[in-house]
Amino acid sequence: MRKRENNIFAGIDWVLILLYLTLVFLGWVSIYAATVSPLDTQILDFSTLYGKHIQKIGFGFILAIIAISIDSKFYERFSGVIYILTIVALVGLFLFGANINGATSWYRIGSFTLQPSEFAKVGAALALANFLSEPNRDLSNLKSQLNAFAILLIPAILITLQPDAGSALIYASLVFVMYREGLPAYYIVIGISAIVLFVVTLALGLKITMLSVFGLIAVFFIYLIKNNHLSIKREWPKLIAFYLCVGLFIFSVDYIYNNVFEKRHQDRFNILLGKTADTQGIGYNTDQSMITIGSGGLTGKGFLEGDRTQGKFVPEQHTDYIFSTVGEEWGFLGTTAVILLFTAFILRILTLAERQKSSFSRIFGYATAIIFFFHFMINVGMVIGLLPTIGIPLPFFSYGGSSLWGFTLLVFIFIRLDADKTYEW
Amino acid sequence: MERKYLAFFSIIGISVLFILRLFYLQVVDTSYRNSPLNNSAVAVKYDYPKRGYIYDRNGILLVANQPSYDIMIIPQDVRELDTLEFCDLLKISKEDLTKRYKRARTYSPRIPSVFLTQLSKENYAFLQEKMYKYKGFYIQKRLLRQYPVKSAPNVLGYLGEVNENDLKKNPYYQLGEIFGVNGIEKQYEELLRGVKGVKFIQKNRFNKEIGPYKEGKYDTVPIIGKDLTLTIDSKLQQYGEQLMANKRGGIVAIEPSTGEILSLVSMPTYDPNRMVGRKRSKNSVELFGDTINRPMFDRGLLAQYPPGSPFKIINALIGLQEEVITPDTHFYCYGGYKYGRAANNFMGCHCGVYGSPIKLDRGIYKSCNAYFANVYRRTIEKYGKASKGTDVWNKHVESFGLGNFLGTDLPTGKKGLVPDSKMYDKYYPGGGWRAPTIISNAIGQGEVLTTPIQLANMTAAIANRGHFYTPHILKKVDNKAIEIEAYTKPKHTTIAPQHFEPIVQGMFNVFEKGTAQGSRVKGITIGGKTGTAENFASFNGKRFQFKDHSVFVAFAPIENPKIAIAVFVENGYWGSRWAGPIATLMIEKYLNGETKRAWLEKRMLEGSLQSEYDEQLAVEIEARAAYAKEQQLLKEQQQLAQKGE
Repeated sequence: MRKRENNIFAGIDWVLILLYLTLVFLGWVSIYAATVSPLDTQILDFSTLYGKHIQKIGFGFILAIIAISIDSKFYERFSGVIYILTIVALVGLFLFGANINGATSWYRIGSFTLQPSEFAKVGAALALANFLSEPNRDLSNLKSQLNAFAILLIPAILITLQPDAGSALIYASLVFVMYREGLPAYYIVIGISAIVLFVVTLALGLKITMLSVFGLIAVFFIYLIKNNHLSIKREWPKLIAFYLCVGLFIFSVDYIYNNVFEKRHQDRFNILLGKTADTQGIGYNTDQSMITIGSGGLTGKGFLEGDRTQGKFVPEQHTDYIFSTVGEEWGFLGTTAVILLFTAFILRILTLAERQKSSFSRIFGYATAIIFFFHFMINVGMVIGLLPTIGIPLPFFSYGGSSLWGFTLLVFIFIRLDADKTYEW
Repeated sequence: MERKYLAFFSIIGISVLFILRLFYLQVVDTSYRNSPLNNSAVAVKYDYPKRGYIYDRNGILLVANQPSYDIMIIPQDVRELDTLEFCDLLKISKEDLTKRYKRARTYSPRIPSVFLTQLSKENYAFLQEKMYKYKGFYIQKRLLRQYPVKSAPNVLGYLGEVNENDLKKNPYYQLGEIFGVNGIEKQYEELLRGVKGVKFIQKNRFNKEIGPYKEGKYDTVPIIGKDLTLTIDSKLQQYGEQLMANKRGGIVAIEPSTGEILSLVSMPTYDPNRMVGRKRSKNSVELFGDTINRPMFDRGLLAQYPPGSPFKIINALIGLQEEVITPDTHFYCYGGYKYGRAANNFMGCHCGVYGSPIKLDRGIYKSCNAYFANVYRRTIEKYGKASKGTDVWNKHVESFGLGNFLGTDLPTGKKGLVPDSKMYDKYYPGGGWRAPTIISNAIGQGEVLTTPIQLANMTAAIANRGHFYTPHILKKVDNKAIEIEAYTKPKHTTIAPQHFEPIVQGMFNVFEKGTAQGSRVKGITIGGKTGTAENFASFNGKRFQFKDHSVFVAFAPIENPKIAIAVFVENGYWGSRWAGPIATLMIEKYLNGETKRAWLEKRMLEGSLQSEYDEQLAVEIEARAAYAKEQQLLKEQQQLAQKGE
């Protein structure tokens, strides 16, 4: 191993840093537009939300510099410790956490709040990378699979209990990282089919789904049998078991939806599936956000000219619905630019990750990319009315220190790992 | 390696999908851009229609409107202002000003909301001239309620401001608008309020209004509220309130042939005008805060009392229906009824008919406890097991509308209580309860609880000889009689019609030779029943007995009943002392239009039970103080014991 050069900036991927800075800057501009009022005169007024956000960005930069100053070996060696610390922080919420908006997700120190679930993502990504990168790790064996799932499930369950189901969902996305590292494909296939069946069952109801899905499977089996891929004589128990599983699944989805889901959960799906048109109650946020985005048109109304943004028509616009500000003030051109920026950012991380020689670095980079991708997909999907209301932030855009810092740490730890890739061997 | 491509293609696929969706939302679909709500150069103004008037059954105006003026605010238009002068003008404190400004701003900086409500006319004229100085504020006219007749606030209800919570429940309203909170105003809010109109007004770039937006094509016209006519007879209602002066209790009068509520008196009461105008918040604190007199508590609908002797009539009817007695069955009374072997298993009776046979008729008019204890016991024991008998009895009682909500068109009510075998099984977990255990029900003194409106409805069912119509308070909407099946379809009791005649005869004799001879009205045939309900109250586990409640139910005329009434006077000693005279005076007034028993009327109007209430309150306060002292002593002892250790 060669001695590392003294300059911490050697080997740094400046493209990624530039993309990061651009996103953070655009994020602040959007928060400014969403929270400024005509009476405000100063940008550095720290009593305003946009002023506070500048402080948060500043602190984020400090974290970033610390993150790239630390030796990359540190992250690998101490990943377990970091993971356990984040878990302890999550458990501690049940004792010392502050309840804000119905969820006990924050520590409150004076006027300052900290949301450990945003940092737990970093811990989980590190721990997963460490676990999967051990030599001879084989994800086709059940024990490894279970261990890896456990790493994700522990924080996911703790976060669900807060309750903050949206944030917990992100851990499920890390299964894609496991897939990349050799998890059998049927996990992904079963997972996606389950989601599709879930939505179809809710949209079409129990009977129609049962009939049509069974019909489709039958057609598929007949096709296989005709082409001699399947023998009904030998494999009929499998066929029946398959039918039973699918039937049971559809049935339990229907049951859970009607008997376990609370009204507010049902409402979210009903509105999305077009079963109820509700523009005043629960559907209000999404409806307002779509009107706001739609009213932007091709080129937008201009910076600070968005009357729906300035008129505070969209609830939670500076947090979960921040993307609607971009839509109104910068129009289709602005939203497309932001989407392309995010795409470039995520693809850049992914490309760099694939280039890593150390599997720890590769897996961590991959996890980072997937975490950003799911936040981006779920948040924007919700704001433009393609997904149900799930409250998770849009990275760098949504107001909030913890999420900004968590994302910053993910990016800059990866930049450090990436910068050291040439020295690993 | 193929696996790494999944993520790449997913990301690119999702991005393309999002861009397509945004292209549709922002470029293809133009509906979002054309909505008038989306244009900042368009102001929204609401046009509030006249709220419906409320009349009594004879066309007397009970609730009208008066103009009032609200100061509205659009927070983002507010510019620097002389707060001192402004506060002075509005007669509010500076803290209040900031608080109101913040509240409006949190709601929306752009949408107008109410800043200060209900200026007086004089204030308005004065302010109107000064308003130009205060950017972002303007005056809006609004209608307030006015009550020409100072009566029946419990029936009419009052209006209140829509708050943030109400907004979530009903998106029709804006913050600070006015809506019905109680009584008729709440029950028939949608009829009374009408539908507000919306006007979109175009502004130029100096924020000046220059005319309707797009020739008013999105504007809607307000629909005025409907006028309601109530079944209440205002004259009778007021008379009832006068008779009940300085007494607590309730009167409910119903027209048996329709179920229309003629009066619904709850005492103490208050002037409905107190819940209007700028003094309202002060008055409302006073009225709701009066936990001693409780003027906001509708005793006619909500107070649950043991019914006392009028309930004997129901037990007699059940006895006839279950064929455990005939009108000629007789029992003896020796100063009471002995229901067990122990010396204290004795229910006293003051009927005064010692040792001679008592039949149904005399049982009723003398209100003999022993007679009804026998009837009740036979009913309960008819099927061998007391539980079966109790449940049969329960079904009969409930068919009179007791023990459950009546389904009236009033927004409040209470179920009352009619026990069944399940309840007693819970009371006596070992079982072993029998007819003697629950014998108090025979005279309406056990577990049974009723509200005055339930008693009145029960009396109406007796007046109708076996059926009743759900009591209701709405008669006409915009002068057109309502047709609601729930109010026009008779509900039948489980007692056959032929059993009612002997009962009615007994109730008639209550005035001729019985407990209410002093309340007889010349020229009107009345059937009635006195009642004296024991008044227990317990404080911290100690039971106290106070002056009994005075109860009376009656209907008249017997041949063709026009009114059924129940009167409840708290701490009124016994039935014929207060409730009887009040009930018959009400009947006389309603049927004849005037009363001829001036001396009796005077006694009622001037009589006060305040000393009784004070006495009860004093005992209550003392009991609470004693309890507090006890607790204190106990605590000290414990502390001492701890120190000793």
